[in-house]
Amino acid sequence: MFGHSKKPLRCGFDLTIGAGHVFPEVNFTLPAINVEKATWSEVVAQYEEMATKILERAIALQVPGLVLEFELLPAMTSTPEWGAELTRLLESHLRRAHEKHGLRCALRVTPTDMRAQGMPPLLRSGAAWETMTRSFELCMEAGAHLISIESIGGKELHDPGLMYGDIRAIVFALGVLAPRDTAWLWDQISAMCAQNGGSFPAGDSACGFANTAMQLAHQHMLPEVLAAVVRAMSAVRSLAAFEHGAVGPSKDCAYEGPIIKAITGYPICMEGKSASCAHFSPLGNIAAAMCDLWSNESVQNVRLLSGSAPEAFTETLAYDCRLMNVASDKGDALRLRDWLTESDEWLSPQAAVLSPEATMSIAGAIVSEKGYYNRTIAAGLAAVAILRAGIQRKQLTLRVKEVQWLDRIEKELDSLAPAETKVTEEMMSQHGTEFDASSYGL
Amino acid sequence: MDHSKPLYEAILNGDDKASVAATRAALAANAHPMELVTTAMIPAMDEVGKLFEAQEYFVPELLLAGRAMRAAMDLLRPLLAASGAQPIGRVVIGTVAGDLHDIGKNLVASMLQGGGFEVTDLGTDVKPERFIEAVETFNADIVALSALLTVTMPAMKLTVDAMRAAGMRDRVKVMIGGAPVTRQYSDAIGADGYCESASGVVAMARNFIEERHSH
Repeated sequence: MFGHSKKPLRCGFDLTIGAGHVFPEVNFTLPAINVEKATWSEVVAQYEEMATKILERAIALQVPGLVLEFELLPAMTSTPEWGAELTRLLESHLRRAHEKHGLRCALRVTPTDMRAQGMPPLLRSGAAWETMTRSFELCMEAGAHLISIESIGGKELHDPGLMYGDIRAIVFALGVLAPRDTAWLWDQISAMCAQNGGSFPAGDSACGFANTAMQLAHQHMLPEVLAAVVRAMSAVRSLAAFEHGAVGPSKDCAYEGPIIKAITGYPICMEGKSASCAHFSPLGNIAAAMCDLWSNESVQNVRLLSGSAPEAFTETLAYDCRLMNVASDKGDALRLRDWLTESDEWLSPQAAVLSPEATMSIAGAIVSEKGYYNRTIAAGLAAVAILRAGIQRKQLTLRVKEVQWLDRIEKELDSLAPAETKVTEEMMSQHGTEFDASSYGL
Repeated sequence: MDHSKPLYEAILNGDDKASVAATRAALAANAHPMELVTTAMIPAMDEVGKLFEAQEYFVPELLLAGRAMRAAMDLLRPLLAASGAQPIGRVVIGTVAGDLHDIGKNLVASMLQGGGFEVTDLGTDVKPERFIEAVETFNADIVALSALLTVTMPAMKLTVDAMRAAGMRDRVKVMIGGAPVTRQYSDAIGADGYCESASGVVAMARNFIEERHSH
């Protein structure tokens, strides 16, 4: 259910997430501008303006709570002091809004995962990892309340796997490599948060995996059924963050969040129709069905008729949340949740795997298996079964080409060796030069 | 005997083993390497491109066809080189400085390879000087720049400016692409072409080469 999680999180300035109400999470970014020393004062001025305008609009609309998300751009992570300076700036705005207006609020900070710079990428050591670590530490010191990342371990094999429709490589990337990296990375992040004392390890996102598939499917480059199955399977690697210290709310672009919420009870952030400023999704309403924070994903600081785009999208999110919260207060949340679900559910395979019923089914398949690899296959087969059932009931209509792909995906998932060691051996011999085995403890 | 048909079919089906077998069989029957390129490989990839445009093929089918074509080309390349044949053109491609996204760039690289171009992929976060160095090293006809972030788009302009300063703009065409990129932006920074999607890239690159030959 939206707004309700079994393990709410109190963070930032007196904000409790998942305890009955949904709050906006506003995410914003720069217009086209070089981020460099020469333009740094302009960059800071842009963030100053965005924070001011967003909070003015939120206070005018009397939002009961708010999260700001600061996603660092690559240059702000590679120069950790820059990311920290902006974190400090945003924290001070939130602090003032809390002190002056009683706004309950928190700041999420998401450094860039820069570790993919080599080929194969070194994930557990090297200059990029050291710089990232410094970025985390400085942002925590500067006042980040929630720490997130869109981690990329396994992506070096997943991307070509997607492009070639290689199901075995996709499963290996999502079920062996990615969760091993996520687990290791979140051990580090959780330890840093514990040492800092003021920041919570919030959660990860399979953005580089499942959202890549979603966008490619939108452009008719990949089958939608593949994107749907990848989404379900990607939940296993995002879940690993929670098994290694994350306490929510998960990252907004982690559309696999409802599956994680069903398993862990931690609050989640989601994005949908009000993130159309950032990208397309066929999940506009259904994504809200189980959210605890509701995000716009990212919007540039450009002028619109009503003001700046970040403040306009703050307003959109505020009204979305207001409706959900009134439904909750009136005891009608279930009805609204079902409307949000049914309005999208069978119009896209990707939506069909994210209904409350489907997420419970995929979550059940995941927890019934031991080990990331077997869980990933189980999640994929559960997604296939959901789509098959929809086709059989004539709720889901697919092109012939999509049905052929669904057949192929199912056949290949069924044919995968049940032992992780066997598929690892096979992938090491075929793709061993494309990833650094030691980065995954292999 | 028609040597081209089995190779054409193998490429269309994305079957690299079959394309190698078909090429070997054709060569054993004294087919001319260039004839296989012009009557099987290029027509097959053109057909694949049409099927992709019509949304009958997804990217995996398209890339598997490209892989099958390259497998055949690996057999033909030494024979073509011995006969003095050249690739259609040489392309240096990369995602510009500050940007780590590479899917769109990889797709464009594969499509260009499938279209008969020799492609040098510099990867992501590529600084202008690396593009310039690669143009010299590989004698490139075309530089293809990719960016996914609005904040890294200015690096496209920096790259084009750097190429101009290096005195190579007149001999190298620049094509740009990526989600936030527009035709207006391409014009504004002085690039030669912009593609909204990967599917138009091969035709644009071929036009660039034809223009050069016509001058």
